[in-house]
This record gives sequence, structure tokens and C-alpha cells, in this order.
Amino acid sequence: MMLIPCPFCGPRTESEFAYGGPVRPPRPDPATTAEADWVGWLTEVPNPLGPVEERWCHLRGCGSWLTLWRDTRTHAIVGGPQDAE
Amino acid sequence: MQRYSLLSLLRHGLNRHTTWAPAWRSPPLRERYDVIVIGAGGHGLATAYYLTKEHGITDIAVLESGWLGGGNIARNTVTIRSNYMRDASIPFYVKSVALYEQMTRELNFNTMHSRRGMIDVIQTWGMMRDRRRRQHIMDLHGSTYEQITTAELRRRIPALTGGGAEARLPILGGFIHPEAAVNRHDAVAWAYARAIDAMGGEIHQQTPVTQLMRGPDGRIAGVVTPRGVIRAPKVAVAVSGHTTTLTETAGLRLPLRTMNLTAFVSEPVQPLIDVIVNCPDAGFYLSQSDKGELVIGGAPDPGQSFRRDIKQTVFEDTVSAMLSLFPAFKGLKMLRQWGGHLDIAHDASPIQDETDVPGLFVTAGWWGGYKAIPAGGLTLAHLVATGRPHPLMAPFSIKRFRHLDYVMESGTTTAR
Ligand SMILES: Cc1cc2nc3c(=O)[nH]c(=O)nc-3n(C[C@H](O)[C@H](O)[C@H](O)COP(=O)(O)OP(=O)(O)OC[C@H]3O[C@@H](n4cnc5c(N)ncnc54)[C@H](O)[C@@H]3O)c2cc1C
Ligand SMILES: [Zn+2]
Repeated sequence: MMLIPCPFCGPRTESEFAYGGPVRPPRPDPATTAEADWVGWLTEVPNPLGPVEERWCHLRGCGSWLTLWRDTRTHAIVGGPQDAE
Repeated sequence: MQRYSLLSLLRHGLNRHTTWAPAWRSPPLRERYDVIVIGAGGHGLATAYYLTKEHGITDIAVLESGWLGGGNIARNTVTIRSNYMRDASIPFYVKSVALYEQMTRELNFNTMHSRRGMIDVIQTWGMMRDRRRRQHIMDLHGSTYEQITTAELRRRIPALTGGGAEARLPILGGFIHPEAAVNRHDAVAWAYARAIDAMGGEIHQQTPVTQLMRGPDGRIAGVVTPRGVIRAPKVAVAVSGHTTTLTETAGLRLPLRTMNLTAFVSEPVQPLIDVIVNCPDAGFYLSQSDKGELVIGGAPDPGQSFRRDIKQTVFEDTVSAMLSLFPAFKGLKMLRQWGGHLDIAHDASPIQDETDVPGLFVTAGWWGGYKAIPAGGLTLAHLVATGRPHPLMAPFSIKRFRHLDYVMESGTTTAR
């Protein structure tokens, strides 16, 4: 069971949260972006055996959104991209 | 190949089963093949089988990091069906279901195919609309979907006692998909392995590929394994959830992410449910195995995952959803749980194509892709052998993303 740090309520159990998808870089301007980069932004996310950055929402709580890094092998919440479990 | 029959069973039985020939060999690994297939799961094995059977290519090595048939094919809940949503998808799955139905005869191996039908239990009007839409599209492509009343649904599934007028989501009706079936996953893997071996192909277990190798011209040149470098002008990647791990070693990026889908089984009970029951609004599905266990699945873990066990939260959600419709199952003991790494594409449809690395093929995004194994092998073998996509797979090329021509598929997951 993950304990997810809500910015408002503090650490709360995972079952109170909804997954909000991977964090993506800001939307580039398609008019000035190379086609491959534009398609990449639309369709690709990093898929590592390791930390990913993602959004979660404290849906069954206060409703706050937050961003965290989570290791896909263990589901442990880690400090950042280099901080593999 | 030593054929299996009642007579052979009697003959070897009299010899106390000591005289059976091994179903496949373990030949020495060579340095070069015409085609390397990475992954001895369902898709890799079916591909190797059809490369020989349909195209006469016999110089094939299937390389498997673990043991054959030990990946997701061993972890799936064996629901075979063609009730998908899109014009591009349905004909492919209709073909795959048909190939499964003839597999026992074709491969002389009892795959225990049991065409028992699947019933969708509908509890919201949004889902009702989704299923009606699917029905109209399935009608076009020869896959059967029929609406049934709640009374008929309860007649066919007597154990389904929840979802009454007082429930939070009363049952509105159901849809039945009669072609749906279950079979025996080990038998499918072993039947293909035995047929590949008999036709001259090789399967090498305990042979993980650590790196894809490109030649100076950029083409695929072979693969690196702890047992040495193996060369081939054509390499097909059929490794399910680890596709991107492997294709990144050739500098490729693909619109795939890996998730953990899980299942669990109960203790065996008397025959109770003779159809596959799918409850998309509640969020679970189940069927009863020949041993009597209820095989139960729900939603995947939220977010990307390379874990292979069920999370407590997912387990609790699935169990409480199941008890809302099958309250009597409260007394059931659960025996085992597990998960598997599955990759899913941006639009939830499969990707099967030659990549930007000439000679390197991928078959991926097989979320719920057990049902797709025979047709997926048929189409990939066609592409590898002829260089042209099989008509059933043509809509699922990688180029669709380049053209932003997604095949958004909501029929992919059973539960939701
Ligand atoms: C819980 C669960 C329930 C499911 N239920 C259903 C269902 O009811 N119906 C349905 O249609 N589908 C279902 N599926 C999906 C189905 O299991 C997969 O889509 C399908 O098995 C994937 O294709 P495969 O058989 O080729 O994969 P796998 O069996 O995973 O084969 C891939 C093989 O590649 C090997 N491999 C990986 N990396 C390497 C490497 N570097 N070198 C060499 N070998 C490598 C692996 O060891 C593995 O044996 C379910 C999956 C799960 C996890
Ligand atoms: Zn909160």
C-alpha cells in the first residue's frame, strides 16, 4: 500500500487517490515543431524500469492535485528520476 | 512428430508412460539464422509456426529469457472473444477466434477449447449505449452480440443475485457474445512449440536478449545474449511488456507503456457458472475453470508498473465489486493472485510493423492479446516473410501515429 503525500492532508493511503496520468512537458507549438517531435509529444511517454513522474488527485479527500516520482518496479515513492529504489 | 491419439495413449500407458518422445528438442545454439523471434510467448511461438507453415521458412530461432510459455501467456485468464469496437479490430479477432477453434485438430494437441459464451452485465445507460454501438459494428463483420433481458441474464447466471432494484446500480440488461471461449494456455504454447520443432525450427530457452545489434548500414544485424552474439537479417520482437526495454537498445522510441494487470482464483467449488461473466460497470469479470476455481480479474494497477503481484487496493476494489453482484461469494476462500507486465499503445490498439530499423519487426501493445495469438502470429509471419502487411493487420502499423490516424479501441479491456 502506498502512502501518498497530499500537500494539504499529509500522507494518506493510496485508496483515497485517483491516478492522473504521466507528467508531460509543456505542449509545443505544432506550427514550429518538427513533425517527429510533435507526434512524440502527443503519443510517447517514458516507460522505464525505474522512476516515472506522474499526477495524482486526492479524490476521496480534499481534492488536491500533486506530482510525485514513483518507481515502476516497486511502486515506492522516490525523490526524483535518479533515485531508483 | 509423434502423433497423439487414443491409441498412442494406450500404448505408452502400457509402458507406464516411459516411452513418450520429448515434444521438442533442445538443439545447440548456432551463430546465424534467417529469422530470430525474441520471446517464446504466444505471439512469438505463433509467428515462428506460421513462418514455416505458410512461408516455408525453417531456419528460425525463437529466443526466450525464461521458459517457453512462462510469460503473460501463463498469467492470463484465457478469455477468447471478438466483441471489439472498431471496424479495423473486429475482422482480426473474428479470424483469431476461428483459428483457435480449429487449433486442437490442426496441431494434434488438445487445447481444451470450450465455447461457452460471454455475458456482459450492464448497469448504466452509458455502457448500454456503448454495447449497442458495438453490436451494430459487429453485425457488419460477422461477430455475434445480442441483447438479453435482466430476467434471461439471471436465468443463465443463477449465482448472480445482486444488482436488484434496491442496488446502487440496478442491472439494466445484458449482452451475450456466443463465440466467446476459454481454453488451456499451456496447451496452446506447447502445441505450437511441438509443431515448430517438428517442422525444423528451434526454440532456445534461458536465452535472454540483452541488446539489439545494428549493422553499419543501420539495418538489424542480430542480437546479443549471454550465450553469445546471434546474427540474422530479420528479427521479430514479441516480448510483451518489455518491448520498449528492448527496442530502446536499438535507439527506437515507441508509443507504448507497461502496466500490471492482475487476477486471482478461488478455491474449487461445484459447477456453478457455465459462461464467462463480464461486469464492465462494476469493474470485474470471472469464469469457472475446469478444476472448479473461479478465475477473477479486475482493473489494472493505476499508472505504469513492472510489478507482478496484485495491490491490496486493487484486490479490495475487485472483491467488493464482485460481492455487489455475487453476494454469496463472500464465503469463498481465495487461493492465488498474480499479475503480468502488459504494454498498451497510445490508442489501446496493437502495433505490428517493421520499425525504422530495417529488418526489425515488433508485435506489441497486446493488452488482452491472448485471444489474438493465432491471428497475430499469422499476420506477423506474413509481414516478415513477404515484407507487406497482412490485410487484417494493415490498420495497425506504426505509421498510424505519424498520420495521427489512431485506432481508439474501447473493446480492449474486458472489465472496463
Ligand atoms: C492477469 C492477466 C489476465 C489476462 N487475461 C487475458 C484474457 O482473458 N484474454 C486475453 O486475450 N488476454 C489476456 N491477457 C493478456 C495476454 O496474457 C497477453 O496479451 C499475451 O499473453 C501477450 O502475448 P505473449 O503471449 O506473446 O506474451 P508473453 O507470454 O509475455 O511472451 C513474451 C515472452 O518474451 C520473453 N522475453 C521478455 N523479454 C525478453 C528478452 N529480452 N529476451 C528474450 N525473451 C524475452 C518473456 O519471458 C515471455 O516469455 C491477460 C494478461 C494478464 C497479465
Ligand atoms: Zn488531501
